[in-house]
Amino acid sequence: MSFPIPLSHYLVLAAVLFTIGVFGIFLNRKNVIVILMSIELLLLAVNVNFVAFSAYLGDLAGQVFALFVLTVAAAEAAIGLAIVVVYFRNRGSIEVEDINLMRG
Amino acid sequence: MTGLVVGPAVPEAFLFLVATLLLGVGAFLPERRAAEVMTPVAVIVLLVTAMLVMAVGPGRAFAFGGHFVHDGFAAFLKVVALVVAAGAVLVAPGWFADERTARFEYPILALFSALGMLMMVSANSLLALYMAVELHSLPLYVMAAIKRDSLRASEAGLKYFVLGALASGLLLYGASLVYGFTGTLMFDELARAHAGAGAAPLPLGALVGLIFLVAGFAFKLAAVPFHMWTPDVYEGAPTPVVAFVAAAPKLAAVGLALRVLHEPFGAFADEWRQVIVLVALGSMILGAFAAIGQTNLKRLMAYSTIGHVGYAFVGLAAGTATGVQGVLVYMAIYAVMTLGTFACILMMRRQGRYVEAIDDLAGLSRTDPLMALALALLMFSLAGIPPLAGFFAKLYVFLAAVEAGLVWLAVVGVLTSVVGAFYYLRIVKLMYFDEPAEAFDRLRRPELQLVAAASAAFVALFLLWPTPLLSAAEAAARVLVGS
Repeated sequence: MSFPIPLSHYLVLAAVLFTIGVFGIFLNRKNVIVILMSIELLLLAVNVNFVAFSAYLGDLAGQVFALFVLTVAAAEAAIGLAIVVVYFRNRGSIEVEDINLMRG
Repeated sequence: MTGLVVGPAVPEAFLFLVATLLLGVGAFLPERRAAEVMTPVAVIVLLVTAMLVMAVGPGRAFAFGGHFVHDGFAAFLKVVALVVAAGAVLVAPGWFADERTARFEYPILALFSALGMLMMVSANSLLALYMAVELHSLPLYVMAAIKRDSLRASEAGLKYFVLGALASGLLLYGASLVYGFTGTLMFDELARAHAGAGAAPLPLGALVGLIFLVAGFAFKLAAVPFHMWTPDVYEGAPTPVVAFVAAAPKLAAVGLALRVLHEPFGAFADEWRQVIVLVALGSMILGAFAAIGQTNLKRLMAYSTIGHVGYAFVGLAAGTATGVQGVLVYMAIYAVMTLGTFACILMMRRQGRYVEAIDDLAGLSRTDPLMALALALLMFSLAGIPPLAGFFAKLYVFLAAVEAGLVWLAVVGVLTSVVGAFYYLRIVKLMYFDEPAEAFDRLRRPELQLVAAASAAFVALFLLWPTPLLSAAEAAARVLVGS
């Protein structure tokens, strides 16, 4: 099999997406939904990695892993949104700056 | 390794089926009744699962196409984690009833989390590792936020979720790099490809992946520099949930870290040791110094956890069989001490309100001498004062570090435990030498007294009968670091 796009391109793309995700969590001054989106971005960046590696190695395990990650990401998003809803009911806001009841 | 073999995973299968069944049963019972019966049922289920684990035996066996391994190492951690988890579930219902949040889902979430812990220590591939870590942490996020009308609890749940998800992301990114640069997900294939003289060195990409994996473990274990969620979650989350989070999951995460670092990457101890040493150093120092100014007991316990994880990492840094044995003994003793301490914290109720400030303990020896004695024993043990169990825990990890040539790390460990002793002893001083505050409510909660007394007795009497734990840990360690 020949690959017109070299593996390194995929890896760089995934690394960039992953970094954006991490920065989205830490530098985000807006609201919690953006954090949830960043978490999703982290997982999808990893999926890019898995699928690219899987194709280049000619090994299906990576693609199977990607499917598992998608499933877990759905469960994680469900729990995350549920917690955000609970938090919003108590606080009346999901601004990141308002999450400051406890130090740290 | 073809076909679906379930044999060695019978305890996990049992736990899964029963937890699922209980979820259905709970939905059909009247709400109050379901909440009452579910806790004892869950405790019994956890203990039965522990017995099943012992029945499976310590022989090495695989299931699920090699993704799941059961061996003496896994059996040791599973039994300890299940017993500690059972204790943590047992102490919960009183608090929830008082705070009017008794829900039947809580023990069931604990069962699912325990299932995840069992899978963690038995994970034999990167895929199983990731799925197990998620299975154990997703219920924990829900448990932390289960007190839905409390702002503090939901904030704790939110922080726990966001940082936990970030940790899973790091872990997963590491897993993808290791997979990509070595071409396999299975731990034994990884070990085979890179073991022995003249074997291929670890590709740089896989090494980076390994560092990401270690970062993920450090997050789950609340080790520096990934500890920042711990104090907030411990302070904000409901106390019984913290009792659960602080004890059993740490055992499972340590087990997972031990297996990953020793089995697939055992040949690269020199590469990962530096990272582990840094994490251990940071955790010990932060755990010792940051706890000094704390006024909230739960927050103090968070820093205590960070410090103790640092000591356990000292044994991990040794990278030898003695080191693994030390870590296993340490974590088992740590889990028991922590559980006992939280059982005492759960008894701190004054005029119908739960209090958690350290000053609330003032003069406890005169208002409730037995509780003061139990808590004092636990504090002395957490500080590592001989002849209590906590001293032997520290002794074994430091000995292993010295044997492995990490003398300076052991010295730092001893110094930080001296600093750490300050804040544990301050609690003892408050209880015994300060003017008594108002007495705590008389709680009729035999389960709290049972757990507190059992763990206090364990730390006090460990000296007399240490062999079972030590030899079990030694056998478990030898499975991992074959001799």
